[in-house]
Amino acid sequence: MARPSSAARKGLEKHPVPAKTTITLHVNGVERKLAVAPWTTLLDALRLYLDLPGTKKGCDHGQCGACTVLLDGRRVYSCLTLAVMKDGAQVTTIEGLAQGSTLHPLQQAFIEHDAFQCGYCTPGQICSAAGLIAEGKARTADEIRELMSGNICRCGAYPNIVAAIEEVMFGKTMEKSAEAKR
Amino acid sequence: MNNFGYTRASDVADAVRQIAADPGAKFIAGGTNLIDLMKENVARPSRLIDITHLPLNNIEETQDGGLRIGALVPNSDLAYDPRIEARYPLLSSAILAGASQQVRNMASTGGNLLQRTRCFYFYDTTTPCNKREPGSGCSAIEGINRMHAILGTSEHCIATHPSDMCVALAALEARVLATGKDGQRSIAFAEFHRLPGDTPQIDSNLRADEIITAIELPPKGFATNYTYLKIRDRLSYAFALVSVAVGLEIEGDTIKEARLALGGVAHKPWRDPRAEAQLNGARATRENFLHAADTVLRDARGFGHNDFKIELARRGILRALTQAARGTPQSQADKRIK
Repeated sequence: MARPSSAARKGLEKHPVPAKTTITLHVNGVERKLAVAPWTTLLDALRLYLDLPGTKKGCDHGQCGACTVLLDGRRVYSCLTLAVMKDGAQVTTIEGLAQGSTLHPLQQAFIEHDAFQCGYCTPGQICSAAGLIAEGKARTADEIRELMSGNICRCGAYPNIVAAIEEVMFGKTMEKSAEAKR
Repeated sequence: MNNFGYTRASDVADAVRQIAADPGAKFIAGGTNLIDLMKENVARPSRLIDITHLPLNNIEETQDGGLRIGALVPNSDLAYDPRIEARYPLLSSAILAGASQQVRNMASTGGNLLQRTRCFYFYDTTTPCNKREPGSGCSAIEGINRMHAILGTSEHCIATHPSDMCVALAALEARVLATGKDGQRSIAFAEFHRLPGDTPQIDSNLRADEIITAIELPPKGFATNYTYLKIRDRLSYAFALVSVAVGLEIEGDTIKEARLALGGVAHKPWRDPRAEAQLNGARATRENFLHAADTVLRDARGFGHNDFKIELARRGILRALTQAARGTPQSQADKRIK
């Protein structure tokens, strides 16, 4: 593995020699070792180095939410996370939510409620919703909408996304969202 | 992104040593703003010094009955901390009005103070910007300036500070603890951020070799009569056009003490001692609230697209003072303004 030159370590070079560091990530319960440059984002590490393309690159600037994953159990934007800073972390991506051939309840609810059209935002929506449920702060549809505002759906499937999350959270959908579903 | 080096700080003293030895380096914690700026080629650090392993992630009681918040406490943990919710709900509300839950999970308390403006010209490296490139000129003054400042501007810069959390911290008169080569110091919140003047490239009075270690909240939290009213183009995940933080101490219908801070209108959270003095001892009436609003905005100046902010701020101040006096703070989930 290349090591940073002493000049790079002291920060004296304007453009230090690309130096890779080996890190360990526990991705979907599997220990993965990989060598990353300082500027490799967690998103690129997942997609390019770990062959997990389920996490999507939308805006790459933390505005759209398509890259949302669970990092040590909390939802974050993987596009604004440097992999090198997360050595040893637990990462859950959309690929890690199903138990064998049984879909995660959110995945099942998204299908049943037709909570997507093109599907590009969906992995991020579902990981974000998993984080939302774990946080336990949303009690109403308004609160779901507010706390899901970091995930954009350009197809506009929002009413069905809220309905799917409501069903998983409360075991039923509120009347208004159920109506939107029809 | 340009290539850059990466090191970790082992303790606060090591962080200070590393940053003092390398003017091209920057600290990184949450990274939600810095990495974005690096992708846009606006920030080009030669090295990132990772401070996320420093022991600065606790919230603890201070001797005088306030709270000390470690600089690495994530925004979401701070907003949902039961002590903050009970004693400083204005702070909790302001944090939840900002960004998205993903950003709040990542962003640190100290980093929130140091985030840069979201002025489009600052971000657009093809245009002149005195904040990004001193001496190149300000594209916003005669450009698209709907988001820009109406108070405390200079001929060199009309950018706004984007934080919601900082508006509440200004109203609460928090203090910023920083450690540098010369030891630790405590900075009054009003003295932390600066106006652009003729050096708009400098956002705060934090020295180059200093690291923020904590924010201290004084005991008084205005937990009964407060509000954080944020007005923006989208209902969520958008920066404020105008935001108003209010904390009142009320006896009967008389205001004993008023705190009033505005976001989205200046290069720093905007407080006006004259307006607060007018409210102190005054009755909580619409006339007195409007009088205070007019005082805050007496020197306000628009630059074309943002002229509407002056009237918006006036109405926002009136509404926020009314919400606080009634004890009916703005909900950050049900966005209807009551």
